[in-house]
Amino acid sequence: MTYLTKALLIVLALATAACTNPGRFGDDPGATRGAGGPDAIVPGSVDDPLSPAYFTARVGDRVLFAVDQSTLSAEARLVLDGQAQWLMTNSDYLAIIEGHADEQGTREYNLALGARRANAVMEYLVAQGIPQSRLRFVSYGKERPIEICSEESCYTKNRRAVTVISASSLTG
Amino acid sequence: MIARLAAMILTCAALVLPMMALAQSGPLRIEITEGVIEPLPYAIPDFVAETQAAEQFAAEISRVVAADLTGTGLFREISREAHISRVSSFGAPVQFADWKAINAQALITGAVSADASGRIVVKFRVWDVFAGQELGQGMQFASDANGWRRLAHKVADQVYSRLTGEQPYFDSRVVYVSETGPKDARKKRLAIMDYDGANVQYLTDDADIVLAPRFSPTGDRVLYTSYATGFPRIHILTVGNVNSQILQVGEGSMSFAPRFSPDGRLVVYSLTQGSNTDIWAMDLASGATRQLSSSPAIETAPSFSPDGSQIVFESDRSGSQQLYVMPAMGGEPRRISFGDGRYGTPVWSPRGDRIAFTKQNAGRFHIGVMRTDGSDERLLTASFLDEGPTFAPNGRVIMFARETQGAQGSSALYSVDISGRNLKRVRTPAGASDPSWSPLQ
Repeated sequence: MTYLTKALLIVLALATAACTNPGRFGDDPGATRGAGGPDAIVPGSVDDPLSPAYFTARVGDRVLFAVDQSTLSAEARLVLDGQAQWLMTNSDYLAIIEGHADEQGTREYNLALGARRANAVMEYLVAQGIPQSRLRFVSYGKERPIEICSEESCYTKNRRAVTVISASSLTG
Repeated sequence: MIARLAAMILTCAALVLPMMALAQSGPLRIEITEGVIEPLPYAIPDFVAETQAAEQFAAEISRVVAADLTGTGLFREISREAHISRVSSFGAPVQFADWKAINAQALITGAVSADASGRIVVKFRVWDVFAGQELGQGMQFASDANGWRRLAHKVADQVYSRLTGEQPYFDSRVVYVSETGPKDARKKRLAIMDYDGANVQYLTDDADIVLAPRFSPTGDRVLYTSYATGFPRIHILTVGNVNSQILQVGEGSMSFAPRFSPDGRLVVYSLTQGSNTDIWAMDLASGATRQLSSSPAIETAPSFSPDGSQIVFESDRSGSQQLYVMPAMGGEPRRISFGDGRYGTPVWSPRGDRIAFTKQNAGRFHIGVMRTDGSDERLLTASFLDEGPTFAPNGRVIMFARETQGAQGSSALYSVDISGRNLKRVRTPAGASDPSWSPLQ
């Protein structure tokens, strides 16, 4: 097999893979990309606005909370507006919202606090028009910090709700 | 050597007179009261092996008895090297003068026999040295070879009860969460061990996050929270059986913080619906559930009073975590915590008179106790993160988890008397959290 046929096959495979998600390319002005030009965006990469990777890196998959709070700041609402937009466009994806707390609290309380935070995000997304059936939340309390120092600089990043994009069904 | 002996005799002479006065006023007894306690000196020569097969157990059993007693901080063992008398036969008369000379107020003698089938029998006596009398009556316990540590704990329980007048707690177990790995990738699994950290066995693997196991009143079942489904759900397992079941406690995004009622028939727990977490109860036999609290606040960590009539729990309905008591069937809760800071994870003492809790104040965590009306609050510990007290079966000792600070932080179990004395670490093979003490076996 020549180099050229190999390359063609790969492009074909990628295009087919993308097409298995009907609607994903429908209204998108970028749908003409992927033809293999020098500026081609690799589908599924962080540069592909239709990919979960893009959602995580560019839209922003998380919002942060003040100590003990579950109210959404103006900044958080801006991020969530972007998330709602993305979820509207990519209507075949589901999302699980993970609520977290910092380590400065008792285990049970932090579980309940994480649920409050995740639920606040979920309710906001529903209010923006995302069907409730596409969303679910889970609280991890203080069980899954991303930063492990015992200082406010870490705590502030751990008090979070993360929207995790999922193509699978929301069971459990 | 002679100088050392002379010094010892002088010391003893100074101590003998008041001791004798004590002995004459009643049976040998150490009162567990507030304030500083001078540990009661005792001697425990190695138990006599009455059969050849018992030789491997006799010394070890007496060592575990000694570790139990000394570990309370109430008793001080007199080194075996200081013993003058040798005990070579269980029936031989006690040479009280020899034990008085080294100031042993209590003497524990024992013997172990083992037959061909591996059955071990341990018998023991407790002596009030200065009264020259036996304290209580000799007893014996038997088990198979695997149970030799339990035999030792049973002997120590008898000695403890006779010398303190309190209910014992050594023959008990603790179910807890064993932890490995760093804070951001921690693996958790359920483990069960003797109260002193021996005989650790694992009840689950570490594939899913597991939290806060709680023993049934008979110690045969364990309630806990697991993420096995991807979401926090209350599970129940029977000790010794690898299969666990999800408890169907009602519609909600999360069920957690379960605890048995004192009769073992009910489970009280938290159920989260939307942003709201309330306390519910479930009848294990019928599966019927009942909502016990209904405020929009976070209500969690419920614990029954030992008579089953009331439930203590935490709620942030006032704006911060505080402790409340309500009737076991639900009803208007009464706030009992009013000090500075916030209060969580309350647990009712098996004696009924006190509630232990976690307190957060000014950036520190404490384990504390208060009376059930909230009066007489006492903080027993202080650290970066102390959490989740559980009472020993006799209500005199509390075990809890202490997490250390920073990126290298890890969790370990500690115990402390309800007086605040005798804070010490409970050794576990890996990190440990969320202890729950069993009843006396």
